[in-house]
Amino acid sequence: MNGPQREGAPSTRAPLIRLRGVERVYGQGDARVVALGGIDLDVWPGEFVALMGPSGSGKSTTMNILGCLDTPTRGSYRLGDVEVTELDNDGRALLRRHTLGFVFQGFHLLPRVTAQENVELPLVYQGVPAHERRLRAREALAQVGLSGREHHVPSELSGGQQQRVAIARAIVAQPKVLLADEPTGNLDSARSHEIMALITRFNRERHLTIVMVTHEPDIAAYAQRVVHFRDGHVERIDGAGEAA
Amino acid sequence: MLGNALREAIRSLGRNALRSFLTVLGIVIGVGAVIAMVTLGRGATQAVSDQISSLGSNIVFLRPSRGFGPGQNVVPFKVEDALAIAREVPGVAWSTPVSLRTLTVVAGNQSWSTTVVGAGEGYLEARRWEIVKGRGFTPSELRAGVASCIVGQTVARELFGSEDPIGQRMRVDKFSCEIIGLLDAKGQSAMGTDQDDIVIIPLRTYQRRISGTTDVDSIQLSLADGIDNERVLADIRLVLRERRHLSANMEDNFRLIDSKEIERTLTSTTRMLTVLLGAVAGISLLVGGIGIMNIMLVSVTERTREIGIRLAIGARAADVMLQFLVEAVVLALLGGAIGITLALVFSLVAAQKLGFPFSPDYGIVLIAALFSGAIGIVFGFFPARRAARLDPIEALRHE
Repeated sequence: MNGPQREGAPSTRAPLIRLRGVERVYGQGDARVVALGGIDLDVWPGEFVALMGPSGSGKSTTMNILGCLDTPTRGSYRLGDVEVTELDNDGRALLRRHTLGFVFQGFHLLPRVTAQENVELPLVYQGVPAHERRLRAREALAQVGLSGREHHVPSELSGGQQQRVAIARAIVAQPKVLLADEPTGNLDSARSHEIMALITRFNRERHLTIVMVTHEPDIAAYAQRVVHFRDGHVERIDGAGEAA
Repeated sequence: MLGNALREAIRSLGRNALRSFLTVLGIVIGVGAVIAMVTLGRGATQAVSDQISSLGSNIVFLRPSRGFGPGQNVVPFKVEDALAIAREVPGVAWSTPVSLRTLTVVAGNQSWSTTVVGAGEGYLEARRWEIVKGRGFTPSELRAGVASCIVGQTVARELFGSEDPIGQRMRVDKFSCEIIGLLDAKGQSAMGTDQDDIVIIPLRTYQRRISGTTDVDSIQLSLADGIDNERVLADIRLVLRERRHLSANMEDNFRLIDSKEIERTLTSTTRMLTVLLGAVAGISLLVGGIGIMNIMLVSVTERTREIGIRLAIGARAADVMLQFLVEAVVLALLGGAIGITLALVFSLVAAQKLGFPFSPDYGIVLIAALFSGAIGIVFGFFPARRAARLDPIEALRHE
């Protein structure tokens, strides 16, 4: 859509994320539940997309599939030039490791280790040497405005600060896509807008592609497109910045 | 990756230090028992074989009856039997007839009950026993049966204290003899008796003054070094059978005991004890392993959400598996290390108290350490696999 063209990449006109006919069905027989009834969705490089809808509408399932935490029962999911549905567990883990960053509603920091070590964790799995890890984690924490808090454990930080640590952890490994699952769900309004300002800044300055689940229209308004879900289908897509 | 898993494992165990310690107690006891047992066992075996070799090298005892007890029709040995063996069997260095009896010896107003040995030629040589003061018997003194004696350190101390015993007179049973020699100290025997509690007189004197017969209680042989023991023993047996007029269908009415056989008996006893205690140790290692498995399962449940976070961040199942396996192995190794340390300290103290040499077998220590690590792998495998197989979405939702 309106994202500026990316340097280098030869296929800038191709979507970064491409879902086609994605279905997700739980259980069998009478207990069969269709969570996703075949959805199509494209997310372009550098785009900020919000997923909205009532609970049970399929937005969280879509998010889990996009995050390679869950696999579609049917359909195709291309991430870059990889067909995710053809990958095994390890292949999906490696995509999460190198291409995706996660921010959760409940922050999901490791409780007993410092902010610094939480941010280092993705780099540990990437095999980055300890010295470089430390530098990059400090830098990421500085970018979310938490310089000087490196050695605090999560319980010593406020909710907003914890979510900043989580964002630092999500971006430290320089992913292509940031997946944010109700990132402001546990925060008050002022804190929420601070977090959204931070996320929007990464989108604008680094052209980081962002997919965010939210049920708050004023939060969704930060996105360039809002995808509305209902009953396992995409109901409609509102374009270019205006939320419904 | 492994280095990080190691560091995290140590930290995570440190957070639950008491729980970790209690968990590894089974391993501590198992490994400790094995090491203590092997270390003390080796010390005991070494002590025994030191004592056996202090008897003299390659000693053989001949007794004129099959068993040890009385009540059998004993055909006694004569001095001539010992001489015949020395003459006819090549490979026998010394063959000396020995009789002995426990008697009271008296000097001045001191009396002492001791073993009085009537010894033929070659007794001291066969036992590799030196005279530290005075002299031994001359061959003519042995033949004549003079009233002279050689005393051990214990007897000299009990009768004469710090005085020089050489040249003193001492009453043995009913006759009086002059002390001409003092034996070197030999210490305790393999059976725990004091070898220095001894008075040696010529066999001829013993027969005339004490036993009143020309019979000999036993014959002691010393075999030459580096010969085929089995063959020499067989030859000795043939000579004795002939001299004792045994026909081919009759059993031996004497017994050969060689020091190697004593050693073999003692080591096989030690080995049996080792096996028994090893079984006990094995059981406590098994229990210890189950303890580790249990606590690791608890840990996996407690840390389900953490596992979910790690999976979302890009940990593969194998990474999670490694993390928990490393933790189990560190736990088990910790137990092993504590067990080894305690066992070595205990063995050192016990060896000093019991008078054994302290001889730890570092090979066994290494094996015990590796084995406890292996317990960590075996019993950590199931919990680690459970952690690795968690569904990331479920794990993230876990409270």
